[in-house]
Amino acid sequence: MTAAVELKAITKKFGDVVAVDNVDLAIEDGEFFAMLGPSGCGKTTTLRMIAGLEFPTQGSLSIFGEEVGTLAPNKRSVNTVFQNYALFPHLTVLENVGFGLKMQGVDKSETRSRSMEMIELVQLEGLEDRKPSQMSGGQQQRVALARALVNQPKVLLLDEPLGALDQKLRQEMQLELKKLQRDVGISFVFVTHDQEEALTMSDRIAVMHEGKLLQVATPEEIYETPANRFVADFIGRTNLLEGTVSDSETVILTNGTPIRAHSNFAAGTRVSISIRPERAKISQQNEDGNPLSSVNGTVETITYLGNARVYGVKFTWMSLEVREENRPGIELYEPGTPITVSWDHDAISVVAD
Amino acid sequence: MSTAVEPRGWAKAALHVNGWLVYIFFYAPIALLVLFSFSDNRNVGIWGGFTLDWYQDFFDSSNARGALSNSVKIAIVVTIISVILGTMSALALERFTFRGKKVFDALLYLPIIIPDVTMAVMLLLFFGEFFDLLDMLFGLQLRKGFWSITISHIAFNISFVSVIVRARLSGMNTNLEEAAVDLYASRWKAFRHVTFPQIVPGIAGGALLAMTLSLDDVVITQFVTGPGWTTLPVYVFGLIRKGVTPLINSISVIMLLASMLLVVLSLFAERARRGG
Amino acid sequence: MTVISEPSSESAEATPQFEKAAQRKESRRGFFLALPSYLYLIIFFVIPLAIVLVYSFATRNRFGGTDLSGWNFASYERIAEPIVRTILFRSLWLAFLTTIICLLIAYPFAYFLATRRPAIRNVMLVFVMIPFWTNFLVRNFAWRVILGNDGPLTKTTEFLGLGTHELLFSQKAVVLGLVYGYLPFMILPLYAAIERIDGQLIEASRDLYGSGWQSFRNVLLPLSMPGVIAGSILVFIPSLGAYVTPEILGGAKTTLLGSYIVTQFLTARNWPFGAALSFVLMAVMLVGTVIYFRKGGRTL
Repeated sequence: MTAAVELKAITKKFGDVVAVDNVDLAIEDGEFFAMLGPSGCGKTTTLRMIAGLEFPTQGSLSIFGEEVGTLAPNKRSVNTVFQNYALFPHLTVLENVGFGLKMQGVDKSETRSRSMEMIELVQLEGLEDRKPSQMSGGQQQRVALARALVNQPKVLLLDEPLGALDQKLRQEMQLELKKLQRDVGISFVFVTHDQEEALTMSDRIAVMHEGKLLQVATPEEIYETPANRFVADFIGRTNLLEGTVSDSETVILTNGTPIRAHSNFAAGTRVSISIRPERAKISQQNEDGNPLSSVNGTVETITYLGNARVYGVKFTWMSLEVREENRPGIELYEPGTPITVSWDHDAISVVAD
Repeated sequence: MSTAVEPRGWAKAALHVNGWLVYIFFYAPIALLVLFSFSDNRNVGIWGGFTLDWYQDFFDSSNARGALSNSVKIAIVVTIISVILGTMSALALERFTFRGKKVFDALLYLPIIIPDVTMAVMLLLFFGEFFDLLDMLFGLQLRKGFWSITISHIAFNISFVSVIVRARLSGMNTNLEEAAVDLYASRWKAFRHVTFPQIVPGIAGGALLAMTLSLDDVVITQFVTGPGWTTLPVYVFGLIRKGVTPLINSISVIMLLASMLLVVLSLFAERARRGG
Repeated sequence: MTVISEPSSESAEATPQFEKAAQRKESRRGFFLALPSYLYLIIFFVIPLAIVLVYSFATRNRFGGTDLSGWNFASYERIAEPIVRTILFRSLWLAFLTTIICLLIAYPFAYFLATRRPAIRNVMLVFVMIPFWTNFLVRNFAWRVILGNDGPLTKTTEFLGLGTHELLFSQKAVVLGLVYGYLPFMILPLYAAIERIDGQLIEASRDLYGSGWQSFRNVLLPLSMPGVIAGSILVFIPSLGAYVTPEILGGAKTTLLGSYIVTQFLTARNWPFGAALSFVLMAVMLVGTVIYFRKGGRTL
């Protein structure tokens, strides 16, 4: 099956700055695909290359098998929802939505009926004669979506589509976008720096950093088995304990403590053990625990979150974070209490530095 | 817009007094000029009862009417050409990179910086040499007048228009143009349907400024005009140097009205700019 | 798939040449947009400028024409002559005086504007803009009427028993006319600079035991300095090159550089000398403008 979008060895330079560095990526048809990374990681540049707003310096870029590397944006069947929507302020909602059809020379009555259909789909009927400035952020977002989708693109690109919305609206729109994508059936490629958003919405996530693609996988895989230290740290919260691989089942921490951890790295490789705060348990110090799956420390801080407590635990050279759900009857530990932090040996992962 | 903290006590009083004095300073002379243009006294500056004689004088004077029509004709041609060239330059500088861009940018600023007198001298010498050259090469006997003035006014107005249109372009979200191209618009259609409607207020502002500067210019026009050819400001300037007459009052008020009309238009352009 | 495969070794279709070609096409578009104005300015601005430069090294012949063959610095040397020096210093002095007076009037005024409520402030700003757009010649002429022998000012002073004044055709009248003409150029950048300053900074200064004067001196003034410099240059430059104002309000004893240059061309017919003076004037302007841009001014 041909991929909806395929990047082969794509590099983009701006002067001497390498924005995107030799990226290979295949996005399947019908997939909700997220490109995630901190700002300046090259995710937006990659999206803009797919849209045709930037041309790659090197490499091959194809959409449904057709090479489009230097094809002008108005000649490719992808459409974009821009970061701040880029709605035309001088046009009404209806004119905004119909813009693409008008440019393609679709006749007026068809443009109108198709635009109205799309406006109904995004639940803006009755607002078609408003100007963008007379609408709320959420409504503008819907216009931007309708304006892109009315052209029946093969792929929809979204650049930080929810970035300008407030928290509550954002969560609503996340679900709605997901539903919309299932309804239209095409692949949505969306760029975000919000890992939570990427985890909730996407079928697959590509994590980028400094122009390089670090990992492409499902949300579960990314969270459970991050490809490296950066991914582990960027996706969710985690504790990273540095050490060296001793054998396939053991990692020796920097302070000499051996920890049971499965990995495929050669002995002597410098690695970090990633322990998610919610996977760790906190208990009174005793001698019964498994020394290979626990460390001893002292409670330093307690952060009360309502549904949970986060303990900051002082452990020889670093601080660990342990999250405990706020269930009735759980034991509380005061700062200064010596405690043991333990975990199941298969609930942690070993990542390369 | 933030509101600055107002001082208290005597400093506050002083600020208020100064504020109102500035407005009196600005408007009293203009008000007096308008008043005296209706004064029935040969001596400008002395009230001698109401009359419209001086306006009648203006309409009776074929020289004055001719100068006015010359000014208007020049201003219209100057505005049209300056707006087209200035807008193109603004687009080139704001939206494109090309070889020689920096030099062009600097060159475009020079006519704004250079004093009127220097520009006048430059163009005087230029037209002298240029017409001599044409005479020598083709035996063309050109005379300075409409075209030499128009060309000179355009030479400084391109810069003013481009500065204003550029400000508007740089304030415009470039995403809009990208969105248009993403939605199947060609470069030309993106300009026609998105960029142009967005910068219309800037273009209107530039046009009004170009027209005002053309209608106001004395120094450069005086240097590049030919015998028998004059514009209204140059005509008035000549009259003033010969001696003050009530006729000048009435012409001044007419010029004042023209300026005011342009101010009102520019305010509308400004409002549209804000609203956009 | 969790680990990224090695970059494909298949033939890469986009090459740097493609990107370059696209960039070149864009570059050509930009160049052609600029071209008409570029050519226009070269023909009607750069070439005339070059001609002035050439003339400034030429010699005036006995018939008032210009002899282009014998190149020399005589015209520039003449600037050292006492009469020229006097005019030059007088122009600089009056331009300086105009700038200072404008600054003293405009600063408190701009601050006053910034303390008004936004709705009122916009109306007040419009009434500053109107004189800015109004015909300069007419505005100078208005003062000629007011200051005239039988004008309202004389009538008033006579009525008050102060006798007649002799303002017209004096340097004072010229400065008055220049201040009147260029005050908006000072107010607008100053207002823009002051309006941008966060009012809480003044409150913080007062909270930290600064007196009103100390707050002005140590907080407001340094922060509004870009506006002060921009306004000063916008007033100083045209004042120095002023021609219309001294012609209307000044007299024989108040010849300024602008009028002197015009005289060289229209009456004295010493074109090389006039060209040299124009060049000197322009050099002063360019230095001023460079300072303006260095000090953070962005627009004119």
